[in-house]
Amino acid sequence: MKSKLESGTRVRTRVISRRKFIGAAAATGIAGIFPASLGSVAAQGTAMKAAQLVLPTATKDVTPFKIQVPQEALDDLKRRLASTRWPERETVRDWSQGVPLQKAQALIAYWRDKYDWRRFEARLNSFPQYRTHIDGLGIHFIHVRSPHRNALPIILTHGWPGSVVEFMEIIGPLSDPTRYGGRAEDAFHVVVPSLPGFAFSDKPVETGWDVERIARAWATLMERLGYDRWVAQGGDWGAGVTHALAKQRPQGLIAAHVNWQFVFPEKLPDNPTPAERRAIDRASWFASDQSGYFREHATRPQTIGYPLADSAAGQALWIYEKFQAWTDNHGNPEDALAVDAMLDNISLYWFTDTAASSARIYWENTRAGFGGLSRGRIELPMAASVFPHEIFCPPKAWAEALWPNLFYWNELDKGGHFAAFEQPKLFTEELRKAFRSRRA
Amino acid sequence: MKDDLEHRAEVGVPVIARRKFIRAAAATGVAGIFSPGLVPISAHGSSDKAAQFVIPPATTDVTPFKVHVPQAALDDLKKRLANARRPDKEPVTDWSQGVPLAKAQALAEYWRTHYDWRRVESTLNGLPQFRTQIDGLGIHFIHVRSKHENALPVILTHGWPGSIIEFMQVVRPLVDPTAHGGKANEAFHVVIPSLPGFGFSDKPTEPGWRLPRIANAWAVLMARLGYSHYVAQGGDWGAGVTSWMAKQRPSGLAAIHLNLPILFPPPPPPPCGYTADEQHALDHLGRYVSDASGYASIQGTRPQTLGYGLADSPVGQAMWIYEKFQAWSDNKGDPAEAISVDHMLDDITLYWLTDTAASSARLYYESFAKDFARMPLELPVAVSIFKGDFFTPPKVWGDQTYSKLFYWNEVPKGGHFAALEQPELFVAELRKSFAQLR
Repeated sequence: MKSKLESGTRVRTRVISRRKFIGAAAATGIAGIFPASLGSVAAQGTAMKAAQLVLPTATKDVTPFKIQVPQEALDDLKRRLASTRWPERETVRDWSQGVPLQKAQALIAYWRDKYDWRRFEARLNSFPQYRTHIDGLGIHFIHVRSPHRNALPIILTHGWPGSVVEFMEIIGPLSDPTRYGGRAEDAFHVVVPSLPGFAFSDKPVETGWDVERIARAWATLMERLGYDRWVAQGGDWGAGVTHALAKQRPQGLIAAHVNWQFVFPEKLPDNPTPAERRAIDRASWFASDQSGYFREHATRPQTIGYPLADSAAGQALWIYEKFQAWTDNHGNPEDALAVDAMLDNISLYWFTDTAASSARIYWENTRAGFGGLSRGRIELPMAASVFPHEIFCPPKAWAEALWPNLFYWNELDKGGHFAAFEQPKLFTEELRKAFRSRRA
Repeated sequence: MKDDLEHRAEVGVPVIARRKFIRAAAATGVAGIFSPGLVPISAHGSSDKAAQFVIPPATTDVTPFKVHVPQAALDDLKKRLANARRPDKEPVTDWSQGVPLAKAQALAEYWRTHYDWRRVESTLNGLPQFRTQIDGLGIHFIHVRSKHENALPVILTHGWPGSIIEFMQVVRPLVDPTAHGGKANEAFHVVIPSLPGFGFSDKPTEPGWRLPRIANAWAVLMARLGYSHYVAQGGDWGAGVTSWMAKQRPSGLAAIHLNLPILFPPPPPPPCGYTADEQHALDHLGRYVSDASGYASIQGTRPQTLGYGLADSPVGQAMWIYEKFQAWSDNKGDPAEAISVDHMLDDITLYWLTDTAASSARLYYESFAKDFARMPLELPVAVSIFKGDFFTPPKVWGDQTYSKLFYWNEVPKGGHFAALEQPELFVAELRKSFAQLR
């Protein structure tokens, strides 16, 4: 597997701090954009400033990338957290109205006083990261090649409210298995992109970036990295992209694995089995109780973007709620995920100001008709790991009905929606087992 | 009509600013300091507690009330606006993803540099306001009696994202018709409460404040004010409350008026199907459900989670509401065609200063899926359909639902926020419809 393109470009580009005033309001008459000026500029004039993080423009080269969030942004975050204005507490004794006030305040206090972004930044920068321009957009990705030359290339796609963070603990075990109690034969070359509008990928300025377009971009990426035989994996929107890739069957893609399976019968069974009943009930519960955020994202991502771009607490809790609702826990998200890990993920959304742009993936796919529970028939060889606390777990028969080449199906007894994040060892083992039969 | 209760409570109790530390987070270890008997309106995490705004707790007396927002709260608002961080621009050229960035920035900038809260505060304080405790909750209301003794008492109920602000321009014309193009026998005594969790009413601390309970509280209020013959009016949630009052038929309630009747879902289709008018209304409803109800979906399921961003970001709170001013008022694309920017900000600023994003959203959690339903009513019903509203049901649905539909008029101008958009037309509708009850 070649990686000529990567060795060609040695330029290290750093994210730099800039203060920009964009889109002045008519009332003040302040026009235009102030050029870069490191250090402080007097905070006056137009309300609603852009976030300070600026990404270097991507080119068709695969350009190495490192993150360096300006200290100003970290200081700004602390100030905002310290001046959070709170609503009153919920009128219920559980999470049924959302994150309880006490839990919310505890998380924000920890984020403000104890959380260390630089620790995470250094860890993320310890992985080789790149940006490259595909179909008009700069795409950020981690790319770790295995020391084993015959490793199987795999592209792992996150969802919402996830990120590349979810995969950080499995990249090592997947790419260098013998260092982590595995076998050389199970090695992968690992590619972990950020979805358009998420983290350090560009935010689309035009519509059309649905899962089909993202899938095409991912195929281009794997080709650009020199891979001609590879597999794809995904959960949440990453599963959406992975199902799309499977249907598109680009040259080189030999199989796919999903930890959320979009299989659902067109007509509900008259006499559902217990497993079918459970899946139907969960889908119904999701639609009636869980999908408020989905409906807002899918219809008004810009409107919800205003509070989430401006309130760090608001952004944090919008995500934290899902860490409680969708993980395998005993009532608290901390049962399933470390607070630091959750805040790594949340901080990534905050510093990149991606609340609105990430919500737009719901708008795009709902308009395109890809917001549903089933992606229909897929001929590509498919693998599935079913984690018990996923949003809904389809019975194997539903997958068999739509995937004639289902070659791996396993139902775990631990883990939820953020499978790789919650259960990295189990998840790693699942990918090793699933793809064993696909090795050349 | 007696108003002894009001005379008894002569002491004006001003709202005062106090430094308070409320509900500290465990991690910071800051202890809570409560001054007994004061109800904080908003809970700041910062040390600038002068921005807090407190209201004296209500009793079963009817206690006069005046609004005095501390300057620190207004300064805090300006500071937050100056430091607001924005999302990226929408990739569309319309409002289909929500409030466009340019419109948001313009509104935020106007709010920061031109808007004057003290103007509307002074208008409010020019009206007799009170608070009284009903069913355990302090309810704020405006109460203006007409000089005409035989005026008809009416209770006007707002909705979401509305407030008492919607009625500011109709109070005087209703109460004093001869000074506003009307006749003495068209006078009303006007009562304008704030819903639980809205404006200067208390925020419920327990679940259960659903529409029927609010309707019941309004009946108690009218009785407490000494009214034994009155009417009720409402749109949006106000139509829900008013409809429930009609269903409960409290002693004294003679008739109701609705400017968005709860005629959804409609009656089942007749054998030959729906008419063109019916289909048109159904299409509107379908579009509302599929494209325009995200706000109701999140408020109805996770009001607390949503509340965190809205309580902390005035720009966020503003745009959450501004979107509806655009979507639901009678305009050709710009909400300012229907409602002045100052009036929109009066309403938005009320939500901001009272920190009622979460508590107002909780009404959806309580009642949206359960109590906002079509109800056959026997009490006399009057309906004014303002044609610019986002849903305009046909009269045949009213005929099928209200056994005593005594007035139905379709008003060509005005939308969801009828009294705010078209105060003269709104007043005319109430005068005309309730003429039959004089």
